[in-house]
Amino acid sequence: MSAKPFLNIDHVDKIFPLGKGKEYVALRDVKLEIRENEIVSIIGHSGCGKSTILNLIAGLDTITKGVILLEDREINAPGPERAVVFQNHSLLPWLTVYQNIEMAVKKVRDDLHPKEVRDHVMRYIDLVNLDHAKDKYPAEISGGMKQRVGIARALSIEPKVLLMDEPFGALDSLTRANLQDHLMRIQMQTGNTVIIITHDVDEAVLLSDRVIMMTNGPEATIGEILEVNLPRPRERLALQHNEEYLRCRGAIVEFLYSKFAKHDD
Amino acid sequence: MLLKTINTIALPTLLFGVLIAVWSTVAIKIPGFPTPIETWNELLIVLSDPMYDNGAGDQGIALQLFSSLKRVFGGFALAIAVGIPVGLLIGMSKIAQTAFNPYIQILKPVSPLAWLPLALFVFKDVDMTAIFVIFITSIWPIIINTALGVRSVSDDFINVARVLQLTAFERVFQIILPVAVPFIFTGMRLSLGIAWLVIVAAEMLTGGLGIGFWIWDEYNNLNYSHIIIGIILIGVVGYILDTIMGFIADHFDYRKRGRV
Repeated sequence: MSAKPFLNIDHVDKIFPLGKGKEYVALRDVKLEIRENEIVSIIGHSGCGKSTILNLIAGLDTITKGVILLEDREINAPGPERAVVFQNHSLLPWLTVYQNIEMAVKKVRDDLHPKEVRDHVMRYIDLVNLDHAKDKYPAEISGGMKQRVGIARALSIEPKVLLMDEPFGALDSLTRANLQDHLMRIQMQTGNTVIIITHDVDEAVLLSDRVIMMTNGPEATIGEILEVNLPRPRERLALQHNEEYLRCRGAIVEFLYSKFAKHDD
Repeated sequence: MLLKTINTIALPTLLFGVLIAVWSTVAIKIPGFPTPIETWNELLIVLSDPMYDNGAGDQGIALQLFSSLKRVFGGFALAIAVGIPVGLLIGMSKIAQTAFNPYIQILKPVSPLAWLPLALFVFKDVDMTAIFVIFITSIWPIIINTALGVRSVSDDFINVARVLQLTAFERVFQIILPVAVPFIFTGMRLSLGIAWLVIVAAEMLTGGLGIGFWIWDEYNNLNYSHIIIGIILIGVVGYILDTIMGFIADHFDYRKRGRV
């Protein structure tokens, strides 16, 4: 690996106190280096601490041991350079699509003139193809559209890292495919570094440059890292019978259902 | 169509008839009890000159109602000014909640009228006393509902605020208040309803002016039809107040916006 890593997760532990001197070790000794402009997905069974890793990078939760560095600066609080797309979109329901994005832009880009704010917001609404819905309230648009607004809001503050916590998990499979294509197209344009939490094998292979596979909790850690050597832009249909795609898919399935199979009680 | 006409017109008319019949029966059984017709005629007289002013203790019905409303809104405005900030504080801070909660729980069930003699002693003024009693009546539902509204802000919205690094001030105005506003209006609507109930009793005790005083005064004058008129007018005004509060509340409720 060349030079310094962009995002460096260095021997991180996360322990949740349970009270009465008991504790739950969610993550043990997680080390991961992420390059700039890379799309990485983190996959694992539920309870493997994959969302915990995302919260630590976002700064929404505190690290028990170890350190996370973004461009050599320690992360210890949330900040707009690490935008989060939440699973349930988290749009403010009393604001329109436009106002939701505007609110984030106004706060983070206080250097912009009012006129520039408008152009800036419209550029990101345009990026997710929602011009027609810009004056609608979240309650008036579909789940997929809401998630696109969530993505536009996160990207509009021009973060260094885009963190996505199972962003398409709550959507039906057709909408999900559509948004995955959106995301790949947008990332090609903006060149963001993206970290996606997922439990969907196909989603992980399709979107990622690397897939991080987590062992089961407690004391979950990184089991294997898989490089996905597929050129971009990637075409969902063409990949169906692609050898590399099938190899990657097979490796993840093998890891999740054989090496670290989880048997629910 | 026919069924709808029966439901919306015929049934209320029928109920009105039953009411008048019961009232007439009572009027026949109890000597001196005003009949519906007598009351109606008196109502026309009372409403024909609602603004007359023959000095203290003898004023038109509109002036009486107006002075009651003035006191209610005075106390209500004070309760809003104090109750919303206190509610926000309690909702946002566990420490504040622990500090305030015992007092709220103990003071809330006290009848506002119990405060009246104390207020009269302190202020030595009827208006101030009435306003204080309305204040102490109105403040509890406002505090409690505001705090409830603040606590109903979801963690997701708080996380959005944290990622954007909103200041405490921005958090209150951009995230917490919009969520809490419908709750605050629920509290205000409850408060105003109770305040309108309490003002009548308070004015019976303080005397001088106001719809409560007027009713008590007419009792002393053996003018019983005016008591019934007072009851009806208090009901009508209360209904109007509640409807207006409902409209305002809906206007500020984001959940009722943007739906066609």
